[in-house]
Amino acid sequence: MRRALAVAIKEMRQIRRDRRTLLILIFVPTFFLFLYGYALNFDIRHVRLAIDDRDGSAESRALVADFQRSSYFDVVAGVTSPAEVDHVLDANAARVVLVIPADYARDRRAGRPAEVQVLIDGDNANTATTVLGYVNGVLRAASNGVAAGARIVGVEPRIWYNPELRSTVFLVPGLVAFISMITAVVSTALSIVREKETGTMEQVRMAPISTVAFVTGKTLPYLVLSQIGASIIMAAAIVLFGLPMRGDWLSLSIFVGVFLAGALGTGLLVSTIANTQQVAFQAAALIALMPTVLLGVHLPDFEHARRAGALRHAARARAVLPRGAARHRAEGPRRDDVVGAAGAPAPTRWW
Amino acid sequence: MSEPAIVVRDLTRVFGRFRAVDAVTFDVRRGEVFGFLGSNGAGKSTTIRMLCGLLRPTSGQAVVDGVDVGRDPEAVKPRIGYMSQRFSLYELLTVEQNIDFYGGLYRLSGERLRARRQFALEMAGLVGRERELTRNLSGGWRQRLALGCALLHEPAILFLDEPTGGVDPVSRRDFWRLIDDLSRGGTTVLVTTHYLDEAERCDRVAIIHAGRLAALGTTRELKARFETRPILEVRSSDPVAVMSRLDRDPRVESTSLFGTAVHVVLRQRGDGAAAVREALERDGLPIDAITPVVPSLEDVFLDVVDDLDRQVPA
Repeated sequence: MRRALAVAIKEMRQIRRDRRTLLILIFVPTFFLFLYGYALNFDIRHVRLAIDDRDGSAESRALVADFQRSSYFDVVAGVTSPAEVDHVLDANAARVVLVIPADYARDRRAGRPAEVQVLIDGDNANTATTVLGYVNGVLRAASNGVAAGARIVGVEPRIWYNPELRSTVFLVPGLVAFISMITAVVSTALSIVREKETGTMEQVRMAPISTVAFVTGKTLPYLVLSQIGASIIMAAAIVLFGLPMRGDWLSLSIFVGVFLAGALGTGLLVSTIANTQQVAFQAAALIALMPTVLLGVHLPDFEHARRAGALRHAARARAVLPRGAARHRAEGPRRDDVVGAAGAPAPTRWW
Repeated sequence: MSEPAIVVRDLTRVFGRFRAVDAVTFDVRRGEVFGFLGSNGAGKSTTIRMLCGLLRPTSGQAVVDGVDVGRDPEAVKPRIGYMSQRFSLYELLTVEQNIDFYGGLYRLSGERLRARRQFALEMAGLVGRERELTRNLSGGWRQRLALGCALLHEPAILFLDEPTGGVDPVSRRDFWRLIDDLSRGGTTVLVTTHYLDEAERCDRVAIIHAGRLAALGTTRELKARFETRPILEVRSSDPVAVMSRLDRDPRVESTSLFGTAVHVVLRQRGDGAAAVREALERDGLPIDAITPVVPSLEDVFLDVVDDLDRQVPA
């Protein structure tokens, strides 16, 4: 192991003077941290909403005002016919149309379930499910004014761990994995392929050092550096983005270490195939990005899907038939036909 | 004399259908400078890689410093030093850090490491420049530093794979002085080269061609093959025409171009010069001079390669 140590010391000395590796280990994480922390945001605000108010009552105007107040929606148009509804959605003038039927106020005053129809442009499924969540939230708030007797089951949703659903809170921890993956895979692959390129690999192989000792000595410095890098990102996330730490540091560090060991192994694998640093860089970057792209840390489909699912269950608990939630209308298959309910629920399809 | 430093018997390495090294047999004596002469791709590096335990022989045997390389490739590594034409140093490390790294690989430490570091620095002429980045050293310094690093663990046998590539003539000469010193100190040196003047400095030379050992001996022994076949040097303003004319002459065995002159190997002793002159003049070819020359190693090399190619048609 003394030989492995000699390799590790050499590697550290090399990294210190190697601008390219330093760049990968320091600049890339910083860049992504700021990009994700400050620039990228999946929170949806100012959804364009069109209103088709067929009731024209104080109650219906109050409902519209609820939407306007929520800060998620901007009322952009008033529409009066089904043809106009089609038009504003087709022209992308509005993403959501709220249709309030003529007997809305009458039903509410009578304490009967009142119905409204919500049409959401579903060409971006992520946005649509998020918007659906907002719509349900507003409608739920509006329902709370109704006499308690009309409600069958009361729902008080609490979202744990990220109560405000701030995207930074789930993007930045994901970054720890994402950045560590890139730096660990790329820098390990590069460091070994560089030895192949300069011929030092052959020289080392002529020396009485076992492959295990060499590989250990080569990867150890990167493991340490990547672990430090991950800690810095986590510290930055806490200081800069107010990320709360829920759990203990020790197990987090241990599992980051395990994760990094896997990433370093991937880097080693790349280095056995690649013979030039360019190839190694491309391959390593591609492989490092692959899980992110495929599993969607960038575009967290799963997260939205789960949230939407939870809301559906919540709606079911209130005896709302969720049948409209994901059904496409025959005449407009790219839209979700969403039926929500204000007041006590009994939704029907509207046309 | 003790047992040979290197014993090679029918050593063969096959890559797919390509016989890179084909049944090569030779011995290297202790303390000898043994040259491996051949063109690029002749099999020199493949042979060295097998002797160093980096590549497993397909068949045959190689014993290096008493260790059967095919059987125990790791055991040979502490006994040998290796330096390639790429002077494999870490450019981003200082002179001293490179030495310490290679010292660490061979598990040198404490007093011994200090002594060997000093030796390497002195040999390379880099005393006082320990903290310089290797990247900033020119070819000759790098070469000597790489040699120093290869010698840190005082190996019995030193392998040099085209050690003077890309180095200026003065550095080359200095480098060969170092090799001579090592050899006098008892180190066995096996050096590959395609420089003929370097091969002349070796105690014995093996000429390797297309994976086969074409000839082996001291340069004097190798040149003896021309004892019965004098070589003439013909200087002419039209060497190509001279060559094609003489290739048809029954008294001429072969012709080859040496710079602007033509070397002509005659089939036997006698008054060849006069006959060649007469033949060329009869065809009206321009002649500046015809002189008998002492065979050079290049003549030997070309002759040996021709012989081999005639035996084994490609």
